[in-house]
Order: sequence, then structure tokens, then C-alpha cells
Amino acid sequence: MREGSGGQLLSGWGRAGATRAVVQTPRDAEGILDLLSEADGRGIVARGLGRSYGDAAQCAGGTVVDTVRLAGTSAVDASGEVEVRAGTSLDTLVRRSVPDGWFLPVTPGTRQVTVGGAIASDVHGKNHHVDGGFSRHVAAMTIATPTGLRRVSRAEDGELFWATAGGMGLTGVVTSARLRMLEVDTDRMLVDTDRFVDLDSVMAAMEEGDDRYRYSVAWVDCSGPIRAKASRARGRPGVGRAVLTRGDHARVRDLPPRRRRSAPSPPDRPRLRVPRCVPRGILNRASIAAFNEAWYRRAPRHREAEVQPMWRFFHPLDGVAEWNRLYGRAGFLQYQFAVPPSRGDVVMAAVRELSAQRIPSFLAVLKRFGPSSPGPLSFPIPGWTLALDVPLGAEGLSACLDRLDVMVAESKGRVYLAKDSRLRPDVLAAMYPRLAELSSVRRRVDPGGVVRSDLSRRLGLD
Amino acid sequence: MLDAFGQPQSAVVLGGTSDLAGAVVRALAHRRLRTVVLAGRDEERLRSAASSAAAAGAEHVRTVRFDALDVNDAARAVDECFDVAGPVDLLLLAVGVLSHREDELDPSRTAEVVTATYSWPVVALTRAAARMSEQGYGRIVVLSSLVAVRVPRHNFVYGSAKAGLDAFSIGLGDSLLGTGVIVQVVRLGRAPTKMTEGLPDAPMSTTPDAVADAVIAGLGSRAQVVWVPAAARWALALARFVPQSLWRRIPG
Repeated sequence: MREGSGGQLLSGWGRAGATRAVVQTPRDAEGILDLLSEADGRGIVARGLGRSYGDAAQCAGGTVVDTVRLAGTSAVDASGEVEVRAGTSLDTLVRRSVPDGWFLPVTPGTRQVTVGGAIASDVHGKNHHVDGGFSRHVAAMTIATPTGLRRVSRAEDGELFWATAGGMGLTGVVTSARLRMLEVDTDRMLVDTDRFVDLDSVMAAMEEGDDRYRYSVAWVDCSGPIRAKASRARGRPGVGRAVLTRGDHARVRDLPPRRRRSAPSPPDRPRLRVPRCVPRGILNRASIAAFNEAWYRRAPRHREAEVQPMWRFFHPLDGVAEWNRLYGRAGFLQYQFAVPPSRGDVVMAAVRELSAQRIPSFLAVLKRFGPSSPGPLSFPIPGWTLALDVPLGAEGLSACLDRLDVMVAESKGRVYLAKDSRLRPDVLAAMYPRLAELSSVRRRVDPGGVVRSDLSRRLGLD
Repeated sequence: MLDAFGQPQSAVVLGGTSDLAGAVVRALAHRRLRTVVLAGRDEERLRSAASSAAAAGAEHVRTVRFDALDVNDAARAVDECFDVAGPVDLLLLAVGVLSHREDELDPSRTAEVVTATYSWPVVALTRAAARMSEQGYGRIVVLSSLVAVRVPRHNFVYGSAKAGLDAFSIGLGDSLLGTGVIVQVVRLGRAPTKMTEGLPDAPMSTTPDAVADAVIAGLGSRAQVVWVPAAARWALALARFVPQSLWRRIPG
């Protein structure tokens, strides 16, 4: 963020496409209602910790409501429910709840998102195939809209509840939510790891065995021909080798006696921080391929019931603060799509396409989704999801992703808006056929149409 | 809005009848561009530029008229373009009049070249920068020329005006730091267009399509200066060291 004339430059986690907005940090719901009532056509939207990769939490020329001061949480009650203010980060929440044995019901790959952001993006975790998305564990929430403060749940104005769950902040500003937490005995995981030489075999293993695990995720190597040549020489397919890790929370009796501590402990603070100035091009084809190679070789071919620290299992990147700076000034993007269960071929085609285009990509994340939530803009649908990080400077990237969009839309899949910074509006409608439901809720709670973001403008949602 | 690759959905083109601008607009319309306002002097040529933009995929094409010799009208013309377009993602400036050897000692012709190539664009860019600052974002692309880097003997009037515009644009970009508005200067070799008809082939020449490709790649890079052809950057870096006594003997 930089100070500018009457505002701040804001960009997403991908660090591309910064726009300027006036940033306000209200202390409570009243303050937010005031800002909403003052807002005009230039727009207003909420922003948490800025972890959306694209332009979801910025509003050029308008107002951005930074929820940083809207923080705080109650204690988890005996039934496992907790009331959390929307600006509270998942990190803060677990530091408070984990020592009492309560963990997040769903956690994305980082704890550095706010509860409001987790709801607005309806984030998912490694347990989506079993437990669904974040919103499924939200019992109720309070939303500040231009027409007033509303407490909603499935039973009470379920329409607004679901339009907000995954609604990218376009229904108003979530101020507080009641979450159902997950009870855990320890801060350890029991993890099975398997290594696969290609995408076919890892997908087959996931289809066959995922249901036996609460958590499952595969990391797929999409780096292309550099190593493929060597692999071919050894008579192995090169693209799409993968490491699959699956597991569940360890119970006390699963641990060796010396590890049986009394209470689960909260995560460590990050030990490393990427400096502000990173030379250009640190992450290039060669370095990314080398990283992917090392990471693949480090994984065992097959290992069962390894005891792993919970925090490393869920949030490996949280150990390095500001890691997005590694991509340099040009920034990067993450492309994540989901396709129905029968369309695993689209995942294959996407990995092949990226590697054929020689687009450097860090380990891609492959996962199976369970049932979707009722939210019209909520991303997960039953089937497969693939997510990958790509530096923005990569040649031919824009056209390549446009082709993938068409493939995904034709297979009745969609891309994840929390990661998006480049989708075309006409393709969006094919991916999310229920946009009209979102519009009708927005017209009801925001008749003036003031809640909007750069993302909503780019995608023609206003 | 601009996407992560800097590709616009809406654009205003000052000098919308220029061949180079036409090539850029068509390339943008093949990607994300949906709304475009073409501004220029000649009504007929504006109409034909508009229909080729529409044929390339732009859904909303409008035209605005202005005269680049009327400096006092520049701010009005820019305002009209912005009012017609709605939020403007990209402003492309492709305005200028080339000087010919026989004009260079004709004061009234010199005044025209300098007004259309420097004065009008400077006023227009100043207004556009203010409008984009209000928006909180935007991209300004100024078509400059390799002759702006070191002014050649054969068209020094035009070259000096482009040098001034180039320097102004860089300064404008610096002054807009923190506003969300980015200014990019595209330094072009000579392209075969209406403007250069009848001129002999020049070294480091380019084509309208190469210019369009470079502009599109430049939008993604956010570079302050884009060179077309790319190698011109190094050739011009060397040219700075050529002594003037030698430089003035280079035929043009």
C-alpha cells in the first residue's frame, strides 16, 4: 500500500493491477453503516487481509472498508460454537481456540485471512470432500448492508445468507459470524503419503481412497519439457507427477508417550520474511523446475501414519511472511478451476496445455470437492479442482488461460473468483448460471447499487 | 477494468484515424476491449475506423471530433471522450503531424507540426491524467518515436516536438505515482502508414501489427518505455555516443 493523493493504492495478493481508493477503518457496525449510507456510484467494498489474489477487495475511485479494527472473538462454548467479529484472522482465532482443543472446521492454505473474507470467498480446505466449504460451518452472520444491519442464517433470510457465502463481498460488509468449531485432541496429524509418476495414477488413487480420509490433497508438478526429456529417457511419462498426502487429526493414543502433551499448542510466528526488494526473475522456469524436482524427490514413495505437526500440514507457506514478493514487481496470478467428477480429462488437458506452452508453474494443487453449497457464487462443485501459481510475465499466458476458461466452461466447470484477475465477463455467466439470484438479492439489500468492487466491474456484475 | 495483464475493456483513442491506432484497437478488441471512443478530425475516416473496430469485436464504438491545431479545444475533446466512454481503462495518444524536409523552414507549417505533435497532446494528456486520477486507476499509452531520442537532420521539427512530448509523458508518469494511473511511452521506428507515404525506407522500421503486439505486451509489463522494434533500445543507446559532426551527415 502506498499513500497517494486522497487514498491508497491497493492490489490483491498477486500484486498486479493496483487501483486507488479511500481506505476507512471503522471500529464497529455503526461506523460501517455510516460509510454505506454515504457511499455513491463510485462504490464501496470490504477488505480483510488482502489475500484475494485479484481485484476482489479493491474499488477504484471509491471507498474500501478495511475491517482490521473489527476484531475479537468470544470463547468457544461447550457446544463448539464461537462468535467472531469479521475482521479477526483465522490465525488469531486458532491461537485463542486451539489450546482448548477447538480447531477450524475448514481452513484454506493460510491462516492469514479474516473470517469475513473466508465467508465472502466461501473458502475450502483439504477436507471439502467430507466437510464442505467454510460457510457450511457458519451458523449465523451479521451483515451491514446499505439498507441496514441484518442477522441472517439458513432459516432467517437464507437467501441473503447464501448470496453472501461466496458472494465476494457484493452484498455488504459481514461484521460478525457464529462458527461451529471442530474438536481436536492434539496438534498433530497422522499422514499417509504416496508418490505417483503421472496424473492418471494419482487421480485414480484419489477416486478410490479419498473417502477414507478427512483431509486429502495432491501436489502436481506441471513443469514441462525440461524434465520431461529426462523422464522419457527413463521410460516414464514426465508431466503431472504428483505427491498425495492424506490424513486426519491424531488422537492422544495415536502419539508416542513422550509426545502426549496436555494441550494442543498454537502455531509459531513466521521465522522468515521476504524482503521488500527482490531481484527480478528469481522465480523463472529453471528455478521453479528445480524446486519442483527437489520437492518430488524429497517425498517418500509410500509412507503410512506419519505423525506431522498440524500447522505444517495445513499452512506450510505461513512460515514465510510476504512470500508473494518472490514474484517481483510484475506480480503473479493463481488460476483455480473446478470441473464435474466425470471431467478429469479437463484437469489432464490443462496440465498438458500449461506444460506444452512452457509456462512455469509452481506445484499445482489437485483436490476432490464434495457437494456444493447453495450459494449462487460459491465456487466448489462436486468433482475436481486444480490450482496453480504462475508469474504474470510468462509469455502466452493470457491466451493460454483464455483457452482453459473455454474448456472449463464447456465442461460445466468454473474458475474461483477469489483467485481471479483476468476472467472475461461473457465466460463468467456460463460458469455461474445463477448470477441472476445474486443480482436480485443485491437489488433488495442495496437498491442504490453502491456495493461494488473492481472485480464486479470487470466481470460486469453491476 | 484492466485485467491482470493490463488489457483494457474500455479505451479512448486520440488520433483514432491513424493506421497505428487502428492496428492497436483491432488487437485489443480481439482480447478484452468492448467499449472504444475514437477521436479524430476527419469524419469519414473516423467512420471507417469505427467500423473496423466493430468488425474486430468492439461492441460499443463511438466517435468524437477534434482538431489538433486547436489547442484551446483539447481539454473539451478529452472530457467529451471520457463522458461518452464511462470509466476509461486505456487512453491511447496517436496524434501528430510529420514534417518534411521542404517544410522545415516554413514558419506556418512548423507551427502546425509543433502544435499537433506537442502542444495539443500535452494539454490533452494533462486533462486525461486528471480524469484518470479521479477514477483511481487507468493507463495512458503515448506513441512516441525513435526520432525523439536523438533528433535526425531530416525531420528535426517533428523530431523535436516528439522529443518534447516524450519527455513530458515520462514526467507526467512520474508525477502520477501513487494515483493508480500509469503512463507508458512507446518509442516507434518508422512504420509504413498514411503518415509516412512517399518517404524512403528508414532503418529500424516496423509495421502496424508489430506496434500493436508491442503495445499489448507493454500493457502487461507496466514498463515506462516500450521500444519497437525492441532492438532499437540498444541501437539508440549507441547512437547517443555518435558525435554530432558525424550524426548530421547521416542521410535521411
